[in-house]
Amino acid sequence: MAANITTGYDVNKVREDFPVLKREVHPGVPLIYLDSAATSQKPNAVIKAMSAYYRHNNANIHRGIHKLAEEATFAYESARDRIAAFINAPSSEELIFTRNTTESINLVAYSWGRAYLKAGDLILLTEMEHHSNLIPWQMLASELDLTLDFIPVTPEGLLDLDIYKKQLEREPKLLGITHMSNVLGTVNPLNEILQAAKSAGAITLVDGAQAVPHFPIDISKLAADFYAFSAHKMCGPTGIGILFGRKELLEKMPPFLGGGEMIKRVELRSFKTNDLPHKFEAGTPAIAEAIGFGAAVDYLSDLGMEQIERYERSLTGYAIEELSQISDLHILGPGIEEKGGVVSFYIKDIHAHDVAQILDSRGIAVRAGHHCAQPLHTKFNLPATSRASLYLYNTRQEVDQLVEGIQKVKEIFA
Amino acid sequence: MEDFYRELIIERYKTPHFRGVLDPNDISYEDDNPACGDHIQIDIRLDEKGIVTEALFSGEGCAISQASADLLLESIIGKSVDDIKELSKEDILENLGIELGPVRLKCALLPLKVLKAGIYGIGEAEGSD
Repeated sequence: MAANITTGYDVNKVREDFPVLKREVHPGVPLIYLDSAATSQKPNAVIKAMSAYYRHNNANIHRGIHKLAEEATFAYESARDRIAAFINAPSSEELIFTRNTTESINLVAYSWGRAYLKAGDLILLTEMEHHSNLIPWQMLASELDLTLDFIPVTPEGLLDLDIYKKQLEREPKLLGITHMSNVLGTVNPLNEILQAAKSAGAITLVDGAQAVPHFPIDISKLAADFYAFSAHKMCGPTGIGILFGRKELLEKMPPFLGGGEMIKRVELRSFKTNDLPHKFEAGTPAIAEAIGFGAAVDYLSDLGMEQIERYERSLTGYAIEELSQISDLHILGPGIEEKGGVVSFYIKDIHAHDVAQILDSRGIAVRAGHHCAQPLHTKFNLPATSRASLYLYNTRQEVDQLVEGIQKVKEIFA
Repeated sequence: MEDFYRELIIERYKTPHFRGVLDPNDISYEDDNPACGDHIQIDIRLDEKGIVTEALFSGEGCAISQASADLLLESIIGKSVDDIKELSKEDILENLGIELGPVRLKCALLPLKVLKAGIYGIGEAEGSD
C-alpha cells in the first residue's frame, strides 16, 4: 500500500465542516457518503452564507436603490467575480449564471446552435457524454437536420484520438466533450483535443461538471469557447450553475430566455438586449444560490485545489488498489494516471441495484444504474454499474468499509 | 435491509423456474425501468378458454425484479386473463414476502407492469404502479 503523502491535508478537520457527515442512516450505522459525483455534501460555510442572505439581506437584485437591494446585488455580483477568479476567467462578464450544467449546454444549443448551424452541419461529441451533453444536440439535430458523430471510447475507457483526427477532417462546426467522465472517471487530455478542434475551425464546448470540483481549472489556458459546470457538485447549492463563454461569441449570440433583466430598453414591439452577462439572465435569478456558490468556491480555495487534487488522487489510487483485489469485481475505465475520483464497477452475476441495496444497509451510499450515460453502458454491454465516487471529505477507512460491504454482498449471493 | 435478500429471492434469482422465451406465443410484451436499465419480457401461451398454460420471462435486472418475475409467472399458471387483471401490488409483495421502499418497489413491480400491459395492450396497464 502506498504511503500517505498528502501531508498538510487534514481530512478529519475537513469532515468537521460538513454537518451531514455526523448523521446515522440507520440506528447505529453512520453515513459513508460515496456519491459525490451525483451531488456533493455542503459545508457549514455554504449553508450559513445562504441563511445569512435570507436573514439579513434578502432583496431583489439590480435596479433597486434601497440598502438591501444594494447589498444583495453586491453579494450576487461578488459571487460571480469570485467564481470567475476560481477558474481564472479573463472577465466576470463571460460567466452566465444558469440553473446547472444541463441548462448551460441547452443555452448554447438553443442560442448559438440555432443562429449558426444549418442543415448538414456536423456536431462532434464523444461516446462518454452524460445525457446532458447528448440530448440537447439530438434535439437540435432533428430540428435543423444536423449530423451527429462521436469520438469512440476504447475498451480501456479512453477516447480514440486517432479516429478523432480523421473525424476533424470532416470539419465539424462544434465539438462537445466532457472534461471528466462521470462513469469511467477518465480525465480527457483536453488541451490537445481542444487545440486540434480549434485548428479544424470548430467551436468547442466542455462539460466540466465532474472536473471543476476536483482539480484546478485555468480557463484562460484552455481552448474552450464554452465551459459549463454546476455548483452542487462542488460543495455549493443545487439550482445554480455557470456557463462560461468567450465574450465575442456571447455578444453575437441571440438571447436565450426573454424577460426582465436581460433588456436595456423596451418598447411595445421591440427590445434592445442588455450587456453581458445580464443578456442571458432573464428574470429574478437564484440569488441565495449564487451567494452559496460564492461561499463554496471560497471554501475550496481556502483548502486549496492543488491540495484537494493530490488528496483525492491518493485516495482514488487506494480505492482502485483495494477493490481490484476482490475476485469477480471489474472496474470500468482507465488506471489512476488518467482517472479522477470515480470508480464504477460491476460484480459478475450480481446486479448493481442489489449491490447498492446491501451497501445501503451498512450506511454506504453508492449509485447504481447507468448514471445518465446509457449509450456508454450499451457499448460496454452492461445494463448497470455501481459507482463509488470520492470527494475531499472521504477517508481510507470509508474505502475499507466499502470493500468489506462488497465482500458481504458476495457472501449473500454466493 | 439485508434481510430482504431472503433465501427464496436469492434462489429464484440464481435458478429461476420460468426463464426463457416462448415462440410462438399468444401474448408477448417487454418494458424497461429507465431508472436502472432493468428490462423484462414476458411471453404467455393461453388455451382456447383464455387460461394461461405456459409463461416465461427474459431480460436482465436485479435480484428483486427477477425473483418477482419468476414468482409472478408461477402464480398465473392455470389462471384466466381476467384473474390476472385483478393482480395488484399487494400480491407481488406477498409473493416476495418483504417490504420495499419506493425505488425498489419499481423493480418488484416491473414484471406485473409488463404482464398487465401485455394483457391490456400498450399504454393501458392500470394499477401496476
